[in-house]
Amino acid sequence: MTSSSDQSNLFRQIIMDHYKNPRNKGLASDPRGYMTVHLKNPSCGDDLTVQLLVEGEVIREIRQSGEGCSICCASASMMSELLESSTISEATEVIRNFNLMVKAEPFDEEAIGDALSLQGVSHLPQRVKCATLGWQATERGLERIRQNRLAGEDSTGLSQGGHIDADVEKEENYEA
Amino acid sequence: MNNPPLLTQDGRTLAEVRADFPMLQASENERPLIYFNSGATSLKPESVLQAMTEYYRSYGVNVARGVDAIGYKATNAFESVRAQTAHFIGARQAHEIVFTRNTTEALNLIAYSYGDAHVEAGDEIVVSETEHHANYVPWQELAKRRRAKLIVVKPDSNGTVTPALLEAALSPRTKIVALFHVSNVLGASNDLKALAALAHTAGAVLVADGAQGIVHSRPAVADWDVDFYAFSAHKLCGPTGLGLLYGKQTLLAEMAPWQFGGEMIDVVDVFDSTFAEAPQRFEAGTMAIAEVIGWGEAMRYIDRIGYDFIHTQNLRLATRLVEGLQRLDTVEIYNPHNAANAVVAYNIKGVHPHDAAGIYDREGISIRAGHHCNQPTMRFLGVQSTLRASLSFYNTPEEVDHFLEVSTKAGDFLDVLF
Ligand SMILES: Cc1ncc(COP(=O)(O)O)c(C=O)c1O
Repeated sequence: MTSSSDQSNLFRQIIMDHYKNPRNKGLASDPRGYMTVHLKNPSCGDDLTVQLLVEGEVIREIRQSGEGCSICCASASMMSELLESSTISEATEVIRNFNLMVKAEPFDEEAIGDALSLQGVSHLPQRVKCATLGWQATERGLERIRQNRLAGEDSTGLSQGGHIDADVEKEENYEA
Repeated sequence: MNNPPLLTQDGRTLAEVRADFPMLQASENERPLIYFNSGATSLKPESVLQAMTEYYRSYGVNVARGVDAIGYKATNAFESVRAQTAHFIGARQAHEIVFTRNTTEALNLIAYSYGDAHVEAGDEIVVSETEHHANYVPWQELAKRRRAKLIVVKPDSNGTVTPALLEAALSPRTKIVALFHVSNVLGASNDLKALAALAHTAGAVLVADGAQGIVHSRPAVADWDVDFYAFSAHKLCGPTGLGLLYGKQTLLAEMAPWQFGGEMIDVVDVFDSTFAEAPQRFEAGTMAIAEVIGWGEAMRYIDRIGYDFIHTQNLRLATRLVEGLQRLDTVEIYNPHNAANAVVAYNIKGVHPHDAAGIYDREGISIRAGHHCNQPTMRFLGVQSTLRASLSFYNTPEEVDHFLEVSTKAGDFLDVLF
């Protein structure tokens, strides 16, 4: 058993590491084939782009790039590292658990890797939108790919890519 | 350091003034809020809340409808605030004041009503590079609608649009000059009287965004000869939901309405209607009656405090704050010379403003982080976003000192998570 201050020190180190050395940072020079999702939070200026390269059921590659606070940037980095090489359904499950964590609801700690270090966000409702921006981008990108497939747009198995550009609704972050 | 004790117009101390504000009172087990975000909206004194409650509790009926005594009382209270506002800002006549929702709506009203009628293809509209979005986007849109040209003036290094800078931007095709009185990020002031005179020589009108200006000094709109002056009650101790637009009588009288419905009509025939005179023709539907009445009390409150007290307090506090931040080599200040308007834009080097704001928040200090609805100014400064501390007359030197101490800890921003 580690003491809680040991654990918070470890968590700080993990977050700082992702913030200072972001994983998968920088967008693909040739975006063809990538699902590119650009999300902005106009109320605070966070601005993030995530690119997904999906082949069959597998997310082959995730790239991310943007501007935001430590929580936003570190979280996007963790997300990209965690979900790369997973299948769409595995990724969906991880995202679900991350979303439960930030809402302070029961979740599977094993499922979310380094992102467990951001658990404290659940006590800071005003920062939840920072932590979830990158995850939301991936969630929206995967959903779009799923829709494209249902519409029969890519029979090759290699996603045709696409582009989503959105402002995240402010309302989402408020309790009903 | 040892300033003489400052008293309000009605002879009260700062401690007594603070007691007027419910939000500055400590609740059980909690420190009182340190509110350094008055540029976003000011706190409200109890007397304003009471005036609004009194209306709702004892004469809360609609205005300008019917002939009953209680309706008369409400209408009288409502309309008397129009005259009071005119007097407060140095306008000549009550009917030069239009009630709107906020500054933004007041500026849109001018853009749609005056702008659409006077700006033609190829004409020019002048704004500055550091306008709030409220005084920028409506002119951008007007320029697009009318195929006019938006001329964007770069202020001097202090953030001020000097007469010389405006003069260089004017042309015989200039129809509208829209400029801030005091800027909401840099705290720079513009000399509206000089700028109005210049605009008039070019044959243009001067629209002043007074949202921050009204907070720091009493406007003299008639003497300055500005054509329009827009501001919001909520920045000066009044309620949200109410904007005030001053327009010269000669201009308002010939402007067409831009929203239609009840209260603004004269005769409604089957296929056509005629409209009430200004200002009622610009006030469609039921207005924010309680807010207007609350604003009336806010003006009385400010008169009891006095702009001298406001000015001296702001200058002392902001000077202390700027000098304190200047002693920290981790801090970059973007407007060190505008302390009089009590707005300080800065960043902590290497720390994202939201991260820094999180630390202030945890220490009970409310400041703003972001682009402050002013992306043009962010471009002017060459940054994505900043921190902004904006002070008001109800703040104290002790609060400033606590703020300065917290400013040294902003690098520990991950603490908020644990
Ligand atoms: C300079 C300036 N102009 C316009 C506005 C807009 O005021 P409102 O949001 O009340 O319409 C503000 C307020 O943020 C401001 O600071």
